[in-house]
Amino acid sequence: MIKEIIIAGFGGQGVMLMGQILAGAGMLENKEVSWLPSYGPEMRGGTANCHVIVSSERISSPFVGEPDVVVAMNLPSMDKFTPQLKKGGLLIINSSLIDSEPQRQDIRVIKIPANELAAEVGSDRAANMVALGAVVEKLKFVEVDSIISSLKDNLPERHHRLIPLNEEAIKRGMDAARE
Amino acid sequence: MADKILMKGNEAIGEAAIKSGCRYFFGYPITPQNELPAYMARRLPNEDGVFCQAESEIGAINMVYGASASGARVMTSSSSPGISLKQEGISYMAGSELPGVIVNITRGGPGLGGIQPAQSDYFQAVKGGGHGDYRTLVLAPQSVQEAVDLTMEAFDLADKYRNPVLILGDGMIGQMMEPVEFKRDISPEDLPDKEWATVGNKGRKPNIINSLSLQAEKLEELNVRMQKKYQQMKEEEVRFETIKTEDAEYVIVAFGSMARIAMGAVEKAREEGIKVGLIRPISLFPFPDEVIGMVAEQARFMLTLEMNCGQMVEDVRLAVNGRCPVYFYGRSGGVVPTTGEIYEQLMEQVRGEKE
Repeated sequence: MIKEIIIAGFGGQGVMLMGQILAGAGMLENKEVSWLPSYGPEMRGGTANCHVIVSSERISSPFVGEPDVVVAMNLPSMDKFTPQLKKGGLLIINSSLIDSEPQRQDIRVIKIPANELAAEVGSDRAANMVALGAVVEKLKFVEVDSIISSLKDNLPERHHRLIPLNEEAIKRGMDAARE
Repeated sequence: MADKILMKGNEAIGEAAIKSGCRYFFGYPITPQNELPAYMARRLPNEDGVFCQAESEIGAINMVYGASASGARVMTSSSSPGISLKQEGISYMAGSELPGVIVNITRGGPGLGGIQPAQSDYFQAVKGGGHGDYRTLVLAPQSVQEAVDLTMEAFDLADKYRNPVLILGDGMIGQMMEPVEFKRDISPEDLPDKEWATVGNKGRKPNIINSLSLQAEKLEELNVRMQKKYQQMKEEEVRFETIKTEDAEYVIVAFGSMARIAMGAVEKAREEGIKVGLIRPISLFPFPDEVIGMVAEQARFMLTLEMNCGQMVEDVRLAVNGRCPVYFYGRSGGVVPTTGEIYEQLMEQVRGEKE
Protein backbone atom coordinates (compact mmCIF):
# COMPACT_ATOMS: atom_id res chain seq x y z
CA MET A 1 0.00 0.00 0.00
CA ILE A 2 1.29 3.42 -0.95
CA LYS A 3 -0.43 6.77 -0.51
CA GLU A 4 0.83 9.86 -2.30
CA ILE A 5 -0.46 13.20 -1.13
CA ILE A 6 0.01 16.82 -2.18
CA ILE A 7 -0.90 19.48 0.36
CA ALA A 8 -1.04 23.03 -0.99
CA GLY A 9 -2.06 26.49 0.07
CA PHE A 10 -0.62 29.93 0.56
CA GLY A 11 2.41 30.61 2.71
CA GLY A 12 1.39 30.98 6.36
CA GLN A 13 -1.49 28.48 6.24
CA GLY A 14 0.72 25.76 7.68
CA VAL A 15 0.68 23.35 4.77
CA MET A 16 4.31 22.34 5.35
CA LEU A 17 3.57 21.50 8.98
CA MET A 18 0.53 19.42 7.96
CA GLY A 19 2.78 17.35 5.74
CA GLN A 20 5.46 16.97 8.40
CA ILE A 21 2.93 15.79 10.98
CA LEU A 22 1.48 13.29 8.52
CA ALA A 23 4.93 11.95 7.56
CA GLY A 24 5.98 11.83 11.20
CA ALA A 25 2.84 9.84 12.08
CA GLY A 26 3.63 7.32 9.37
CA MET A 27 7.16 7.01 10.70
CA LEU A 28 5.85 6.30 14.22
CA GLU A 29 3.92 3.39 12.72
CA ASN A 30 7.12 2.07 11.14
CA LYS A 31 5.95 2.91 7.66
CA GLU A 32 8.21 4.30 4.95
CA VAL A 33 7.66 8.04 4.58
CA SER A 34 9.01 11.02 2.69
CA TRP A 35 8.23 14.73 2.78
CA LEU A 36 9.34 16.97 -0.06
CA PRO A 37 8.64 20.71 0.08
CA SER A 38 8.33 23.15 -2.75
CA TYR A 39 11.07 25.65 -2.13
CA GLY A 40 12.00 28.88 -3.73
CA PRO A 41 11.75 32.62 -3.45
CA GLU A 42 8.44 32.26 -1.65
CA MET A 43 6.95 34.30 1.11
CA ARG A 44 3.88 34.74 3.29
CA GLY A 45 0.95 35.00 0.92
CA GLY A 46 2.79 33.20 -1.89
CA THR A 47 2.05 29.59 -2.78
CA ALA A 48 3.50 26.63 -0.94
CA ASN A 49 3.07 22.89 -1.22
CA CYS A 50 4.58 19.66 -0.04
CA HIS A 51 4.58 16.12 -1.36
CA VAL A 52 4.08 13.42 1.26
CA ILE A 53 4.35 9.69 0.67
CA VAL A 54 3.36 7.09 3.26
CA SER A 55 4.01 3.54 2.16
CA SER A 56 4.33 0.00 3.42
CA GLU A 57 7.23 -0.51 0.98
CA ARG A 58 10.43 1.31 0.07
CA ILE A 59 9.61 4.63 -1.57
CA SER A 60 11.16 5.22 -4.97
CA SER A 61 10.70 8.83 -6.04
CA PRO A 62 9.71 11.26 -3.26
CA PHE A 63 8.34 13.49 -6.02
CA VAL A 64 4.57 13.01 -6.40
CA GLY A 65 3.48 13.19 -10.03
CA GLU A 66 0.01 11.62 -9.69
CA PRO A 67 -1.35 12.08 -6.18
CA ASP A 68 -3.99 9.87 -4.54
CA VAL A 69 -5.04 12.84 -2.42
CA VAL A 70 -4.80 16.60 -2.96
CA VAL A 71 -5.53 19.00 -0.13
CA ALA A 72 -6.28 22.46 -1.52
CA MET A 73 -6.29 25.12 1.16
CA ASN A 74 -6.93 27.92 -1.36
CA LEU A 75 -8.19 28.39 -4.92
CA PRO A 76 -4.86 28.63 -6.81
CA SER A 77 -3.86 25.32 -5.21
CA MET A 78 -7.07 23.63 -6.34
CA ASP A 79 -6.60 24.92 -9.88
CA LYS A 80 -2.98 23.84 -10.00
CA PHE A 81 -3.18 20.34 -8.53
CA THR A 82 -6.66 19.02 -9.45
CA PRO A 83 -5.48 18.08 -12.98
CA GLN A 84 -2.67 15.95 -11.50
CA LEU A 85 -4.96 13.82 -9.31
CA LYS A 86 -5.23 10.12 -10.11
CA LYS A 87 -8.52 9.01 -11.62
CA GLY A 88 -10.78 8.27 -8.65
CA GLY A 89 -8.45 10.27 -6.39
CA LEU A 90 -9.62 12.44 -3.54
CA LEU A 91 -9.72 16.22 -3.53
CA ILE A 92 -10.13 17.87 -0.14
CA ILE A 93 -11.20 21.48 -0.53
CA ASN A 94 -11.05 24.17 2.10
CA SER A 95 -14.52 25.52 1.37
CA SER A 96 -13.97 28.46 3.71
CA LEU A 97 -11.78 30.02 1.05
CA ILE A 98 -12.83 28.21 -2.14
CA ASP A 99 -16.33 28.73 -3.49
CA SER A 100 -15.89 27.37 -7.00
CA GLU A 101 -16.24 23.78 -8.19
CA PRO A 102 -13.37 21.62 -9.46
CA GLN A 103 -13.44 20.95 -13.20
CA ARG A 104 -13.20 17.15 -13.05
CA GLN A 105 -15.98 14.55 -12.76
CA ASP A 106 -13.75 11.48 -12.32
CA ILE A 107 -12.56 12.30 -8.81
CA ARG A 108 -14.06 12.30 -5.32
CA VAL A 109 -14.43 15.70 -3.68
CA ILE A 110 -15.07 16.63 -0.09
CA LYS A 111 -15.54 20.15 1.10
CA ILE A 112 -14.39 21.11 4.57
CA PRO A 113 -14.99 24.62 5.92
CA ALA A 114 -11.61 24.44 7.63
CA ASN A 115 -11.32 28.05 8.76
CA GLU A 116 -14.84 28.15 10.24
CA LEU A 117 -14.44 24.85 12.05
CA ALA A 118 -11.06 25.96 13.39
CA ALA A 119 -12.55 29.25 14.60
CA GLU A 120 -15.19 27.24 16.47
CA VAL A 121 -12.52 25.42 18.46
CA GLY A 122 -10.67 28.61 19.26
CA SER A 123 -8.53 29.86 16.38
CA ASP A 124 -8.97 29.91 12.63
CA ARG A 125 -5.21 29.51 12.38
CA ALA A 126 -5.79 25.83 13.16
CA ALA A 127 -7.53 25.42 9.78
CA ASN A 128 -4.59 23.29 8.67
CA MET A 129 -5.23 20.86 11.54
CA VAL A 130 -8.92 20.60 10.59
CA ALA A 131 -7.87 19.72 7.04
CA LEU A 132 -5.32 17.25 8.39
CA GLY A 133 -8.10 15.59 10.38
CA ALA A 134 -10.06 15.19 7.15
CA VAL A 135 -7.03 13.59 5.48
CA VAL A 136 -6.59 11.12 8.34
CA GLU A 137 -10.28 10.17 8.27
CA LYS A 138 -10.35 9.56 4.53
CA LEU A 139 -6.88 8.08 4.10
CA LYS A 140 -7.45 5.33 6.67
CA PHE A 141 -3.71 4.58 6.63
CA VAL A 142 -2.37 6.31 9.74
CA GLU A 143 -3.97 6.27 13.18
CA VAL A 144 -5.15 9.48 14.78
CA ASP A 145 -3.09 8.62 17.89
CA SER A 146 0.06 8.68 15.76
CA ILE A 147 -1.00 12.03 14.33
CA ILE A 148 -1.37 13.44 17.86
CA SER A 149 2.06 12.09 18.89
CA SER A 150 3.60 13.48 15.72
CA LEU A 151 1.93 16.84 16.37
CA LYS A 152 3.77 16.97 19.70
CA ASP A 153 7.06 16.02 18.02
CA ASN A 154 6.69 18.69 15.36
CA LEU A 155 5.50 21.63 17.45
CA PRO A 156 8.25 23.65 19.11
CA GLU A 157 8.13 23.54 22.91
CA ARG A 158 6.90 27.12 23.15
CA HIS A 159 3.72 26.22 21.29
CA HIS A 160 2.89 23.13 23.34
CA ARG A 161 0.09 24.94 25.17
CA LEU A 162 -1.72 24.91 21.81
CA ILE A 163 -1.73 21.12 21.59
CA PRO A 164 -5.26 20.65 23.04
CA LEU A 165 -6.68 23.20 20.59
CA ASN A 166 -4.93 21.49 17.68
CA GLU A 167 -6.15 18.07 18.81
CA GLU A 168 -9.68 19.41 18.91
CA ALA A 169 -9.25 20.87 15.42
CA ILE A 170 -8.02 17.52 14.07
CA LYS A 171 -11.06 15.77 15.55
CA ARG A 172 -13.41 18.36 14.05
CA GLY A 173 -11.85 17.73 10.67
CA MET A 174 -12.34 13.98 11.08
CA ASP A 175 -15.99 14.45 12.04
CA ALA A 176 -16.59 16.78 9.09
CA ALA A 177 -15.03 14.31 6.65
CA ARG A 178 -17.13 11.46 8.03
CA GLU A 179 -20.41 13.30 7.40
CA MET B 1 13.08 1.94 15.01
CA ALA B 2 12.34 4.09 18.01
CA ASP B 3 15.61 5.89 17.37
CA LYS B 4 14.48 7.16 13.99
CA ILE B 5 13.76 10.85 13.64
CA LEU B 6 12.30 12.80 10.76
CA MET B 7 14.94 15.18 9.44
CA LYS B 8 15.67 17.35 6.44
CA GLY B 9 18.60 16.14 4.35
CA ASN B 10 20.56 19.35 4.93
CA GLU B 11 20.17 19.17 8.70
CA ALA B 12 20.84 15.44 8.83
CA ILE B 13 24.17 15.96 7.01
CA GLY B 14 25.10 18.54 9.65
CA GLU B 15 24.26 16.19 12.50
CA ALA B 16 26.17 13.37 10.81
CA ALA B 17 29.23 15.64 10.62
CA ILE B 18 29.00 16.47 14.32
CA LYS B 19 28.61 12.78 15.16
CA SER B 20 31.78 12.14 13.12
CA GLY B 21 33.82 14.44 15.33
CA CYS B 22 33.59 17.52 13.10
CA ARG B 23 33.58 20.70 15.17
CA TYR B 24 34.41 23.29 12.51
CA PHE B 25 32.16 24.56 9.76
CA PHE B 26 32.81 27.46 7.42
CA GLY B 27 30.30 28.49 4.81
CA TYR B 28 28.42 31.12 2.94
CA PRO B 29 24.66 31.10 2.28
CA ILE B 30 23.08 29.83 -0.93
CA THR B 31 19.81 28.02 -1.68
CA PRO B 32 19.07 25.08 -1.52
CA GLN B 33 21.60 24.18 1.19
CA ASN B 34 20.97 26.94 3.73
CA GLU B 35 19.53 24.66 6.40
CA LEU B 36 22.95 23.00 6.71
CA PRO B 37 24.97 26.07 7.79
CA ALA B 38 21.98 27.26 9.83
CA TYR B 39 21.95 23.93 11.65
CA MET B 40 25.69 24.09 12.30
CA ALA B 41 25.39 27.67 13.54
CA ARG B 42 22.83 26.44 16.06
CA ARG B 43 24.62 23.24 17.10
CA LEU B 44 28.37 23.85 17.01
CA PRO B 45 28.62 26.47 19.77
CA ASN B 46 27.09 23.89 22.16
CA GLU B 47 29.71 21.34 21.15
CA ASP B 48 32.74 23.54 21.79
CA GLY B 49 32.96 23.99 18.05
CA VAL B 50 33.23 26.93 15.70
CA PHE B 51 30.77 28.03 13.06
CA CYS B 52 31.83 30.93 10.91
CA GLN B 53 29.93 32.52 8.07
CA ALA B 54 32.80 33.72 5.91
CA GLU B 55 32.75 36.85 3.76
CA SER B 56 32.62 34.65 0.66
CA GLU B 57 32.83 31.04 -0.52
CA ILE B 58 36.53 31.57 -1.20
CA GLY B 59 37.05 32.76 2.36
CA ALA B 60 35.16 29.73 3.65
CA ILE B 61 37.16 27.12 1.73
CA ASN B 62 40.43 28.69 2.86
CA MET B 63 39.24 28.55 6.48
CA VAL B 64 38.59 24.85 5.83
CA TYR B 65 42.18 24.57 4.59
CA GLY B 66 43.47 26.17 7.77
CA ALA B 67 41.38 24.09 10.17
CA SER B 68 42.32 20.93 8.30
CA ALA B 69 46.04 21.83 8.38
CA SER B 70 45.78 22.04 12.15
CA GLY B 71 44.46 18.49 12.24
CA ALA B 72 40.73 19.07 12.79
CA ARG B 73 37.80 17.44 11.04
CA VAL B 74 36.12 20.22 9.10
CA MET B 75 33.24 20.74 6.69
CA THR B 76 31.96 23.32 4.26
CA SER B 77 28.86 23.23 2.09
CA SER B 78 27.41 25.17 -0.76
CA SER B 79 25.43 24.79 -3.95
CA SER B 80 26.68 24.82 -7.53
CA PRO B 81 27.79 28.45 -8.14
CA GLY B 82 29.33 28.54 -4.66
CA ILE B 83 31.13 25.24 -5.26
CA SER B 84 32.63 26.74 -8.42
CA LEU B 85 34.05 29.55 -6.30
CA LYS B 86 35.59 27.03 -3.91
CA GLN B 87 37.47 25.15 -6.63
CA GLU B 88 40.74 27.01 -6.19
CA GLY B 89 40.77 26.14 -2.49
CA ILE B 90 39.85 22.51 -3.17
CA SER B 91 42.78 22.22 -5.60
CA TYR B 92 45.07 23.72 -2.95
CA MET B 93 43.76 21.23 -0.37
CA ALA B 94 44.36 18.32 -2.75
CA GLY B 95 47.86 19.66 -3.53
CA SER B 96 48.64 20.07 0.16
CA GLU B 97 47.14 16.63 0.87
CA LEU B 98 44.58 17.96 3.31
CA PRO B 99 41.41 16.10 4.29
CA GLY B 100 38.05 17.86 4.44
CA VAL B 101 34.42 17.24 3.57
CA ILE B 102 32.69 19.45 1.02
CA VAL B 103 28.96 19.20 0.41
CA ASN B 104 27.41 20.27 -2.89
CA ILE B 105 23.62 20.46 -2.76
CA THR B 106 23.45 20.90 -6.51
CA ARG B 107 21.07 23.30 -8.28
CA GLY B 108 20.48 23.85 -11.97
CA GLY B 109 23.14 25.72 -13.94
CA PRO B 110 25.12 27.05 -15.69
CA GLY B 111 25.89 30.46 -14.25
CA LEU B 112 23.80 31.59 -11.35
CA GLY B 113 21.22 29.18 -12.76
CA GLY B 114 18.16 28.33 -10.71
CA ILE B 115 17.51 26.80 -7.32
CA GLN B 116 15.80 23.54 -8.21
CA PRO B 117 17.54 20.12 -8.00
CA ALA B 118 20.03 19.11 -10.69
CA GLN B 119 22.98 16.80 -11.32
CA SER B 120 24.78 19.09 -13.71
CA ASP B 121 27.93 19.36 -11.56
CA TYR B 122 28.92 15.75 -12.25
CA PHE B 123 31.86 16.64 -14.51
CA GLN B 124 33.14 19.25 -12.08
CA ALA B 125 32.83 16.82 -9.18
CA VAL B 126 34.47 13.74 -10.66
CA LYS B 127 37.08 15.13 -13.03
CA GLY B 128 38.89 17.33 -10.54
CA GLY B 129 36.97 20.59 -10.63
CA GLY B 130 39.88 22.98 -10.15
CA HIS B 131 43.28 23.10 -11.82
CA GLY B 132 45.94 20.41 -11.68
CA ASP B 133 46.01 16.61 -11.75
CA TYR B 134 43.86 15.85 -8.74
CA ARG B 135 40.62 14.10 -7.90
CA THR B 136 38.23 14.34 -5.00
CA LEU B 137 36.50 11.24 -3.77
CA VAL B 138 32.83 11.75 -4.66
CA LEU B 139 29.90 10.12 -2.86
CA ALA B 140 26.32 10.54 -4.10
CA PRO B 141 23.47 9.75 -1.67
CA GLN B 142 19.94 8.91 -2.83
CA SER B 143 18.15 9.33 0.49
CA VAL B 144 18.47 11.26 3.72
CA GLN B 145 19.66 8.13 5.53
CA GLU B 146 22.32 7.53 2.93
CA ALA B 147 23.37 11.18 3.11
CA VAL B 148 23.99 10.60 6.83
CA ASP B 149 25.88 7.33 6.34
CA LEU B 150 28.02 8.69 3.51
CA THR B 151 28.84 11.89 5.41
CA MET B 152 30.15 9.76 8.26
CA GLU B 153 32.18 7.68 5.83
CA ALA B 154 33.42 10.80 4.06
CA PHE B 155 35.26 12.00 7.16
CA ASP B 156 37.00 8.64 7.56
CA LEU B 157 37.93 8.51 3.88
CA ALA B 158 39.20 12.09 3.87
CA ASP B 159 41.54 11.24 6.76
CA LYS B 160 42.54 7.88 5.27
CA TYR B 161 43.66 9.45 1.99
CA ARG B 162 44.49 12.97 3.19
CA ASN B 163 42.28 14.20 0.36
CA PRO B 164 39.07 16.23 0.10
CA VAL B 165 35.86 14.21 -0.17
CA LEU B 166 32.80 15.62 -1.89
CA ILE B 167 29.22 14.74 -1.01
CA LEU B 168 27.26 15.31 -4.20
CA GLY B 169 23.60 15.76 -3.36
CA ASP B 170 20.95 17.96 -4.93
CA GLY B 171 18.10 20.21 -3.87
CA MET B 172 15.80 17.24 -3.45
CA ILE B 173 18.15 15.38 -1.08
CA GLY B 174 18.82 18.60 0.84
CA GLN B 175 15.23 19.74 1.20
CA MET B 176 13.32 16.52 1.73
CA MET B 177 12.57 14.96 5.10
CA GLU B 178 12.89 11.25 5.75
CA PRO B 179 13.35 9.12 8.87
CA VAL B 180 17.00 8.75 9.83
CA GLU B 181 19.08 7.07 12.46
CA PHE B 182 22.64 7.89 13.42
CA LYS B 183 24.66 4.74 13.74
CA ARG B 184 27.64 6.26 15.52
CA ASP B 185 28.60 9.21 17.65
CA ILE B 186 32.30 9.93 18.03
CA SER B 187 33.91 12.96 19.59
CA PRO B 188 37.12 14.63 18.41
CA GLU B 189 38.99 13.11 21.38
CA ASP B 190 38.26 9.63 20.01
CA LEU B 191 40.19 10.36 16.83
CA PRO B 192 43.86 9.46 16.37
CA ASP B 193 46.41 12.30 16.19
CA LYS B 194 47.57 13.39 12.76
CA GLU B 195 51.34 13.49 12.91
CA TRP B 196 51.53 15.65 9.77
CA ALA B 197 49.35 18.44 11.22
CA THR B 198 50.68 21.86 12.22
CA VAL B 199 49.94 21.75 15.92
CA GLY B 200 53.24 23.08 17.37
CA ASN B 201 56.66 21.54 16.73
CA LYS B 202 58.03 21.09 20.24
CA GLY B 203 60.48 18.21 20.14
CA ARG B 204 60.29 17.53 16.42
CA LYS B 205 61.00 19.09 13.04
CA PRO B 206 58.37 21.54 11.80
CA ASN B 207 55.58 20.20 9.61
CA ILE B 208 55.08 22.28 6.51
CA ILE B 209 51.77 22.27 4.67
CA ASN B 210 51.99 23.91 1.30
CA SER B 211 51.04 23.30 -2.32
CA LEU B 212 53.85 25.34 -3.85
CA SER B 213 56.69 23.30 -5.34
CA LEU B 214 58.95 25.15 -7.77
CA GLN B 215 61.16 22.20 -8.64
CA ALA B 216 59.51 20.26 -11.44
CA GLU B 217 60.93 16.89 -10.35
CA LYS B 218 59.71 17.40 -6.78
CA LEU B 219 56.26 18.37 -8.01
CA GLU B 220 56.18 15.34 -10.26
CA GLU B 221 56.97 13.19 -7.23
CA LEU B 222 53.92 14.65 -5.49
CA ASN B 223 51.79 13.94 -8.54
CA VAL B 224 53.00 10.36 -8.73
CA ARG B 225 52.20 9.87 -5.04
CA MET B 226 48.75 11.37 -5.51
CA GLN B 227 48.05 9.12 -8.50
CA LYS B 228 48.91 6.15 -6.29
CA LYS B 229 46.26 7.34 -3.83
CA TYR B 230 43.68 7.54 -6.62
CA GLN B 231 44.66 4.06 -7.74
CA GLN B 232 44.18 2.80 -4.20
CA MET B 233 40.76 4.50 -4.09
CA LYS B 234 39.84 2.63 -7.28
CA GLU B 235 40.84 -0.64 -5.63
CA GLU B 236 39.28 -0.08 -2.22
CA GLU B 237 36.55 2.54 -2.33
CA VAL B 238 34.22 1.71 -5.20
CA ARG B 239 30.65 1.71 -3.92
CA PHE B 240 27.52 0.87 -5.88
CA GLU B 241 24.17 -0.85 -5.64
CA THR B 242 22.73 -3.24 -8.20
CA ILE B 243 19.02 -3.95 -8.30
CA LYS B 244 17.57 -6.86 -10.28
CA THR B 245 20.56 -6.98 -12.62
CA GLU B 246 21.06 -10.78 -12.40
CA ASP B 247 18.70 -11.56 -15.28
CA ALA B 248 18.34 -8.04 -16.70
CA GLU B 249 18.18 -7.57 -20.47
CA TYR B 250 17.92 -3.82 -20.15
CA VAL B 251 19.93 -1.92 -17.59
CA ILE B 252 19.47 1.60 -16.26
CA VAL B 253 22.46 3.45 -14.80
CA ALA B 254 21.57 6.39 -12.56
CA PHE B 255 22.85 8.00 -9.36
CA GLY B 256 21.39 10.01 -6.46
CA SER B 257 17.82 11.30 -6.77
CA MET B 258 17.58 10.10 -10.37
CA ALA B 259 18.28 6.53 -9.26
CA ARG B 260 15.30 6.65 -6.93
CA ILE B 261 13.01 7.89 -9.65
CA ALA B 262 14.40 5.20 -11.97
CA MET B 263 13.72 2.57 -9.30
CA GLY B 264 9.98 3.23 -9.64
CA ALA B 265 10.25 2.70 -13.40
CA VAL B 266 12.18 -0.55 -12.91
CA GLU B 267 9.46 -1.88 -10.60
CA LYS B 268 6.73 -0.92 -13.06
CA ALA B 269 8.55 -2.57 -15.96
CA ARG B 270 9.13 -5.75 -13.92
CA GLU B 271 5.39 -5.91 -13.20
CA GLU B 272 4.92 -5.96 -16.98
CA GLY B 273 7.39 -8.84 -17.24
CA ILE B 274 10.16 -6.75 -18.80
CA LYS B 275 13.57 -7.67 -17.46
CA VAL B 276 15.00 -4.35 -16.37
CA GLY B 277 17.75 -3.80 -13.81
CA LEU B 278 19.44 -0.80 -12.24
CA ILE B 279 23.06 -0.03 -11.44
CA ARG B 280 23.41 2.84 -9.01
CA PRO B 281 26.92 4.24 -8.64
CA ILE B 282 27.31 5.51 -5.06
CA SER B 283 30.95 6.51 -5.41
CA LEU B 284 31.15 8.60 -8.59
CA PHE B 285 34.91 8.82 -8.22
CA PRO B 286 36.11 6.12 -8.07
CA PHE B 287 33.53 5.05 -10.65
CA PRO B 288 32.16 1.48 -10.61
CA ASP B 289 33.58 0.60 -14.06
CA GLU B 290 33.99 -3.06 -13.35
CA VAL B 291 30.40 -3.93 -12.47
CA ILE B 292 29.06 -1.83 -15.36
CA GLY B 293 31.42 -3.62 -17.76
CA MET B 294 30.37 -7.01 -16.41
CA VAL B 295 26.64 -6.33 -16.59
CA ALA B 296 27.11 -4.90 -20.11
CA GLU B 297 28.11 -8.40 -21.27
CA GLN B 298 24.54 -9.61 -20.76
CA ALA B 299 22.60 -6.38 -21.45
CA ARG B 300 20.89 -5.58 -24.75
CA PHE B 301 21.40 -1.93 -23.93
CA MET B 302 22.15 0.43 -21.08
CA LEU B 303 20.14 3.57 -20.48
CA THR B 304 21.87 6.29 -18.50
CA LEU B 305 19.51 8.68 -16.75
CA GLU B 306 20.64 11.99 -15.31
CA MET B 307 19.26 15.34 -14.23
CA ASN B 308 21.59 17.07 -16.69
CA CYS B 309 22.32 17.02 -20.43
CA GLY B 310 24.54 13.92 -20.37
CA GLN B 311 27.66 13.79 -18.20
CA MET B 312 27.97 10.46 -16.37
CA VAL B 313 26.97 8.78 -19.64
CA GLU B 314 30.55 9.40 -20.84
CA ASP B 315 31.93 7.34 -17.96
CA VAL B 316 29.30 4.67 -18.55
CA ARG B 317 30.40 4.43 -22.20
CA LEU B 318 34.04 4.10 -21.14
CA ALA B 319 33.08 1.34 -18.71
CA VAL B 320 30.87 -0.47 -21.25
CA ASN B 321 33.60 -0.11 -23.87
CA GLY B 322 31.38 -1.08 -26.80
CA ARG B 323 29.92 -4.23 -25.24
CA CYS B 324 26.35 -2.93 -25.71
CA PRO B 325 24.68 0.28 -26.90
CA VAL B 326 24.48 3.06 -24.29
CA TYR B 327 21.56 5.47 -24.49
CA PHE B 328 20.89 8.62 -22.54
CA TYR B 329 17.88 10.50 -21.26
CA GLY B 330 18.00 13.56 -19.05
CA ARG B 331 16.12 16.61 -17.85
CA SER B 332 17.99 19.75 -16.97
CA GLY B 333 17.70 23.19 -15.47
CA GLY B 334 16.15 21.88 -12.27
CA VAL B 335 13.34 19.85 -13.82
CA VAL B 336 12.75 16.61 -11.90
CA PRO B 337 11.25 13.91 -14.13
CA THR B 338 8.40 11.74 -12.91
CA THR B 339 8.56 7.98 -12.64
CA GLY B 340 5.98 7.75 -15.44
CA GLU B 341 8.15 9.84 -17.75
CA ILE B 342 11.18 7.65 -17.08
CA TYR B 343 9.10 4.52 -17.66
CA GLU B 344 7.98 5.88 -21.05
CA GLN B 345 11.58 6.63 -22.04
CA LEU B 346 12.64 3.14 -21.03
CA MET B 347 9.79 1.54 -22.97
CA GLU B 348 10.58 3.58 -26.06
CA GLN B 349 14.11 2.16 -26.08
CA VAL B 350 12.83 -1.36 -25.39
CA ARG B 351 10.38 -1.13 -28.30
CA GLY B 352 13.16 0.21 -30.53
CA GLU B 353 15.30 -2.80 -29.58
CA LYS B 354 12.56 -5.26 -30.55
CA GLU B 355 11.99 -3.76 -34.01
